[in-house]
Amino acid sequence: MKVELTPEQRALRSEVRAFVKEEIAPHAGRWDREEATPREIVDKLAERGWLGSMVPAEHGGRGLDMISYGVLTEEIGRGCSSIRSLLTVHDMVCRGILRWGSQGQKESWLPRLARGEVLGAFALSEPEAGSDAAGIRTKASAAEGGEGFALDGTKKWITYGQIAGLFLLFAQLDGKPTAFLMERETPGLTVTPLRGILGTRASMLAELKLEGARTESMVGRPGFGISHVMGAALDQGRYSVACGSVGIAQACLDACLAYARERQQFGQPLFEHQLVRAMLSDMITNVRAARLLCMRAGYLRDIGDPGAIAETSVAKHFASATAMRAATDAVQIHGANGCHDDFPVSRYFRDAKVMEIIEGSTQMQQNTIARFELEEL
Amino acid sequence: MDQTQTKIKEFLSRFFKNQDLQPEEDIFALGFVNSLLAMQLVAFVEKEFGIRVGDEDLDLDNFRSIQAISNLVARKQPSAEP
Repeated sequence: MKVELTPEQRALRSEVRAFVKEEIAPHAGRWDREEATPREIVDKLAERGWLGSMVPAEHGGRGLDMISYGVLTEEIGRGCSSIRSLLTVHDMVCRGILRWGSQGQKESWLPRLARGEVLGAFALSEPEAGSDAAGIRTKASAAEGGEGFALDGTKKWITYGQIAGLFLLFAQLDGKPTAFLMERETPGLTVTPLRGILGTRASMLAELKLEGARTESMVGRPGFGISHVMGAALDQGRYSVACGSVGIAQACLDACLAYARERQQFGQPLFEHQLVRAMLSDMITNVRAARLLCMRAGYLRDIGDPGAIAETSVAKHFASATAMRAATDAVQIHGANGCHDDFPVSRYFRDAKVMEIIEGSTQMQQNTIARFELEEL
Repeated sequence: MDQTQTKIKEFLSRFFKNQDLQPEEDIFALGFVNSLLAMQLVAFVEKEFGIRVGDEDLDLDNFRSIQAISNLVARKQPSAEP
């Protein structure tokens, strides 16, 4: 057993880290305040092949292995959770198509998604349906006078919905949960920006109103939308959120180490105070543990092990809790400074809370992880 | 039961404890088939038998019993190609 990155993975980490330091971290606070992601940064990510990065080369992607994907996601998440969430939702759409799309859907969409020409967004949540995905009320019905389906309903909290060009949507088709692809310009689809979110504030959330919006593009088969298409996409999203959470926790640690060295209280640096050191030590330990869980999940994903789904849930559960704990302690260590947006830890704190909710809340993970383990007995 | 069926039975037994699953037994009728099992089942047959389950295979009848799953595996294995 070897737990270390390959030379290629280390090179990728250096490349992404340098990019984040230059192009993302210095601007993340402003994007957060403005609640918007500039197009230029999206283009720069696309140029590097970091949108849909795990799409195989045959479909125009970089074909990143899952460990490399984790490295990319952690480093982006270390700089800005909103940008990380762009990768997350875009890649969830890619995964859904890659896993259960038809040949035609793969050929039509994957190269454009992998080039970042079109951004994908995942449209599952509704005003009345969050964790209970099967409880979605959006209805699909055979379109009158033509091919395809007409969709009616409301989708809420759709990350990057404001700028996405393609939505992976979920609706009840004759009572069977079913997945569809829908282009942004579809008549009957109205996209309304949502502002005022707690964390990942630059992630350009939207509400989608579907009023007879038509699509001919079903993904998978009727009745398999939640169990298979959503399942594959959310499994991808959980891995992304787990690795992004490690990024937040690492960013908290970086900020705290720098602050604890510089900040003087009682005539000595904070670092000399044992209770501060205790918080730092816990943070260091938890960050490392969370990263190892992500690497293990990534490895199992790469070898196609059925246990990867459970391991990804474990990684997501622990890493998001670690990010929250690290961010709470980071604000504590920074004191009043930590409560103001002059210091990034207040943003990390808000972003970390989101991680415990999205892609399966902590309570949903707690409900399923034990079940996975019982199966093994 | 052939080797393929035995392996499928072994996998499913993790979910259907205390059940001596028969080849034709309808696992959906027994309950407990949730999305976690569905996804793990796909991952299992792909890894164990070296096949790729595609969107065209998304039919409950392909996953209804040990026999049905083993038929799917047989159809998808490279040697089964015409």
